[in-house]
Amino acid sequence: MLFIPELSLLIGSLILFGVSLGEGKEKWAHIVVLTLSVVTSLLCLATLGQKGTLFFEAYQIDLFSQLFKLAIAVGMMVVVIIGSQLKGVSVKVKPEYYLFMVLSTLGLMMLVSCVELLSLFVALELSSYALYLMVPMRDDQGGLKIQMEAAIKYVLFGVVATGTMLYGMSYIYGLTGTTYMSGIVPKMHDLAGNPTAMLAIALFMSGFFYKLAVFPFHFWVPDVYQGASNATTAFIASVPKLGAAAILIRITTLVAPDAGESVVMLLMVCAVCSMFYGNLSALVQTDVKRLLGFSGISHAGFVLLGLVTLDTVGFATSMYYISGYLFMNLACFLVICKVSRNGENVSVDDLSGLYSRAPLLALTLLVGMMALAGIPPFVGFMGKFMLLTGALKAGHLTLVILAALNTAIAIYYYLSVVRVAFTKAPEGRPDVPVDALTRVVSIALIVIIIVMGVVPKPILALATSAVKSIL
Amino acid sequence: MDFLIINEGFPILSTLVFLPLIGAFVLMFLPGENLQRIWAMLITVATALFSIPLYTRFDMTTAKYQFGEHVSWIPSLNINYTLGIDGISLLLVLLTAFIMPLCVLGSWTYIEKRVKEFMICLLIMETAMLGVFMALDFALFYILWEAMLIPMYLLIAIWGGARKIYASIKFFLYTLAGSVMMLVAIIALYLTNDGSFSIPMMMGQDYPLTFQIWVFLAFFLAFAIKVPMFPFHTWLPAAHVEAPTAGSVVLASILLKMGTYGFLRFCLPITPLATLTLAPIVLWMSIAAIIYGGFTALAQSDMKKLIAYSSVGHMGFVTLGIFFLNQQGLEGAILQMINHGITTGALFLCVGMMYERTHSREIADHSGIAQNVPIFVTFLTIFSLSSLAFPATNSFVGEFLVLAGAFSENKIIAGAAIPGAILAAAYMFRLLQYVLFKGPGRPGLKDLNVREIVTLAPLVFFVFWIGLAPEPFLEVMHTSVDYLLGQVDMAKAGAHIAMAP
Repeated sequence: MLFIPELSLLIGSLILFGVSLGEGKEKWAHIVVLTLSVVTSLLCLATLGQKGTLFFEAYQIDLFSQLFKLAIAVGMMVVVIIGSQLKGVSVKVKPEYYLFMVLSTLGLMMLVSCVELLSLFVALELSSYALYLMVPMRDDQGGLKIQMEAAIKYVLFGVVATGTMLYGMSYIYGLTGTTYMSGIVPKMHDLAGNPTAMLAIALFMSGFFYKLAVFPFHFWVPDVYQGASNATTAFIASVPKLGAAAILIRITTLVAPDAGESVVMLLMVCAVCSMFYGNLSALVQTDVKRLLGFSGISHAGFVLLGLVTLDTVGFATSMYYISGYLFMNLACFLVICKVSRNGENVSVDDLSGLYSRAPLLALTLLVGMMALAGIPPFVGFMGKFMLLTGALKAGHLTLVILAALNTAIAIYYYLSVVRVAFTKAPEGRPDVPVDALTRVVSIALIVIIIVMGVVPKPILALATSAVKSIL
Repeated sequence: MDFLIINEGFPILSTLVFLPLIGAFVLMFLPGENLQRIWAMLITVATALFSIPLYTRFDMTTAKYQFGEHVSWIPSLNINYTLGIDGISLLLVLLTAFIMPLCVLGSWTYIEKRVKEFMICLLIMETAMLGVFMALDFALFYILWEAMLIPMYLLIAIWGGARKIYASIKFFLYTLAGSVMMLVAIIALYLTNDGSFSIPMMMGQDYPLTFQIWVFLAFFLAFAIKVPMFPFHTWLPAAHVEAPTAGSVVLASILLKMGTYGFLRFCLPITPLATLTLAPIVLWMSIAAIIYGGFTALAQSDMKKLIAYSSVGHMGFVTLGIFFLNQQGLEGAILQMINHGITTGALFLCVGMMYERTHSREIADHSGIAQNVPIFVTFLTIFSLSSLAFPATNSFVGEFLVLAGAFSENKIIAGAAIPGAILAAAYMFRLLQYVLFKGPGRPGLKDLNVREIVTLAPLVFFVFWIGLAPEPFLEVMHTSVDYLLGQVDMAKAGAHIAMAP
């Protein structure tokens, strides 16, 4: 029972493998993967309250892991729906594409449950390798082979980050003599202030900084976002970040609540650099996906704000923020996927007159962008507000002021996207057809973004008890 | 909770806040433009009617917050849904509730495309604006304060004039950039008050002076941009000119008041020492705004721009009255806030009505139209006289009180404001002179119809009511203003004791 969501994905991937063997089965593949994502989401929901360990205690099922699994499954479902026709992916490889997407999701689901370093590494690689293959699966756009460039960059940076992480793990094993988190925690507390231990933690974190796109492990972001097909980018931009945030919270609990001064310093520097780098670079972007990539870097910085507090509320706020980010981001990518007619990239100007071409999409874009910018009553505001409150409570005044300044910088580029959609004339651009399922998903995303922002109480309570379950 | 009189029974403030929001939600599903207009009208009128009991049942003998409502919202951060009004916010709530139906009525034919979306934006604005004046929880206040940005942005960006893109972006960026530091100050206050966002709990605490000054500056930036005070005013002419009539009215009548309301509600009672320390600078900034606004208004050829710059000057009088920190000045300032809401709102409505007919806002295009549209010109004359504080109109009372308060404190600064009053007469008479006498007129120009007369008539009524018998408006604020000054004086006394060796 404990393993059932993962099991369903595993079975689903086998079915998809079978489907991919035949010719002209891409319709079938889509139906399978859609059913699979819905079933998995429901199974995650069903196993939400479960607790237990598997595989020689290397695999832990608790509220924390199950909440993240639910978010990951829902994220995958939305990506499957908004990328329905997989525009920009060759017909021949569509079933394989879905296969890898499912495998990557499976890896991420396993990742959030792993409490042992080696299984953690295996799960991370399972999700990463599938993603490495999804990036180049795109029709060549203009003969420049940008998808290949993106894939190579993604792989190279990924491998370096993984290597760094393994190096950190080896230190941790050397210092503590165990690969189990439960064994590492008490020994780490004894090693408080030991420079080697801090270095080990820092190196260990870097693998997940890469996934979350935190400065200085962000270099892959703009090119991969631009080079990968729209649906792939939607997936990369939202779902793996959940897994990364989950593990970063787990790692930070290794040093919390005391003696993490150098780790806190490291997180703060990374957070500030990510915010400034992401926001300042986003100001000059013309490609919407690239813009969202840079905005993602700055949001990764915000997620770290919750970690620097080193307390339960801070971790819970980070969880709340990253799950809110999932929905805000998906709302924006939904618009990109629909506006792009043949899977080409969408520039800011392509959104001209969206307000008259597809009013619902324009509204979704408005809500998504303004939520990312942190305007109330959306979830982005509430998340930022709580992160800032938590960070100031922990005494980081400078950090909070710098973060607040960043909100002011960021508003400009979010607003300029909205401005184009609402005030520019369409100039002959055709209306965007929106099918019924997309309508439902758009409205659902808008409602979720507003409700999460106005009534954060239940989600926060859930996140708090989830964080308590792993401490 | 002894500062709040909880309202048992019908939750009147929540009704006022949520009625427009519910109206906006229902409006999404209503077909037909006329039905949509009528529905928006019904909702705003209903809100206005619901607000009347606030005045009739208002207890003038207490400075506590009345009609209070208190519900826990986000317990983990101790954020509450706390509403309440006192003598300072009562009139602003009433002003908001009564201006909105006129905005809907004034946009009846002005807005031709996307009526539904327009009315939804207006109704969401009404919810947020009413909420801002009632909120007694700082987190709630900030959320409502920022929530206004998006509908206001859309009002300017979609239904605005030629340079709407520039104006709307400028409005958004200025307002948002101004308020982010306020957020940091709010969180800092929250932490120094043992984790409470309650605004009344933050008042009257003896924070150290340096802390007060930082908080004051963070607040000041946000509110000074909203007022707008010279030199933070540059977003205002652009936004006013490009916004549709209803947008200009909402901006001028209500949004600008939020800045001065912020000074009264937060700066004075929460950071009294910083207020006393920095008041001279703010006073001179007010003088600069009065003179600068007056001279710039004198040079405008666009009627909306003229009124926009006159707003800068008029709001300068309001801040002048606030920062002298005496009874007359404060009461004059609050009354002047209401007066400016009535008069400037009316002037923008007038300009909008002419714009519908002539598609021009240039003064020169309307020269001599008095012979063609006598009813319109009558209204315009009344509101112009009110704007320049002609005796027997509302602004005269307010401006007189402000200047009386000013002269009792500092004759130099008060004297420096006098040219502003003269300039107001100059630019308004210049406008009137063109419209009334100069030029050939425009034969064939239609005079105001019944709907437009109905829109403007209530405002004329208030112009003369406040002008001739201001006591009903002043008496509701006496106790609250007294109490507010008491808070400032207490801090002053405390500081003297602390400084004594």
